[in-house]
Amino acid sequence: MNHLTYLGVLAFILIGTGWLEIVLRTRVYARWRRLLLTLLPVVAVFVVWDLYAIASGHWWFDAEQTTGIVFPGGIPLEEILFFVVVPLAALLTLEAVRSVKRWEVGDEPEGACEDGVRRDDA
Amino acid sequence: MSYTQLAVLGVVVVILIDLFVLRTRLLRRKAFWVSYAIVVFFQLVTNGVLTGLRVVRYDGEAIVGSTTPVDGPPPFLGDGRIAFAPLEDLLFGFALVVLAQAVWVWLGRRGVQRTPYSGPPRVRMPGQADDPRP
Repeated sequence: MNHLTYLGVLAFILIGTGWLEIVLRTRVYARWRRLLLTLLPVVAVFVVWDLYAIASGHWWFDAEQTTGIVFPGGIPLEEILFFVVVPLAALLTLEAVRSVKRWEVGDEPEGACEDGVRRDDA
Repeated sequence: MSYTQLAVLGVVVVILIDLFVLRTRLLRRKAFWVSYAIVVFFQLVTNGVLTGLRVVRYDGEAIVGSTTPVDGPPPFLGDGRIAFAPLEDLLFGFALVVLAQAVWVWLGRRGVQRTPYSGPPRVRMPGQADDPRP
């Protein structure tokens, strides 16, 4: 049970944000190609940072509270999943805010927004 | 480089990426700051669990505060810690969130699944904007 602590925190984040996709229609999971293309560079950059930090001794992980699945460089499975789950939660939150407020985010075409609010959904 | 230095550098780099490289300018938008306020609250909670239970431990040489103690949790507040976590984690988290959201918006602007937009909510939410479409 102990070994699932870190994984449990990740599950909490997934469940805590997952409902946004359904109730607020965030359409982040639905736009999975855009999601994957977003995660690719983000995971790459932060895994490199993590590997450097582990190699330099900035931080380390409790073997008793992780699954024990560790990748080369000493990075636990959970830590890699963290860089998928947290950005995913951040995207769901951004799209949830937009769903409710219709505020301009920056990917709308020219003229779709007026005073920072989207008027045209085309 | 220490974690402190890298974390500050990470924040500077993502600010430059958002404002000048991808030109997504999320940092100038209300939608970003409201979503970040929500994210940072839950980050303090979940990271507080990870650092308070010492799932992740830190070297005092790399952070403002001291090394995670071997016999108990680090301070909840003080000694460079905020909700058990090194204050550097807040910068790290900020960089992670901004980079992900900026790439997402940039891809949308480039036409990668820009639509369908999110919303409208299935249930009426407090503060929900009226649909201004004709």
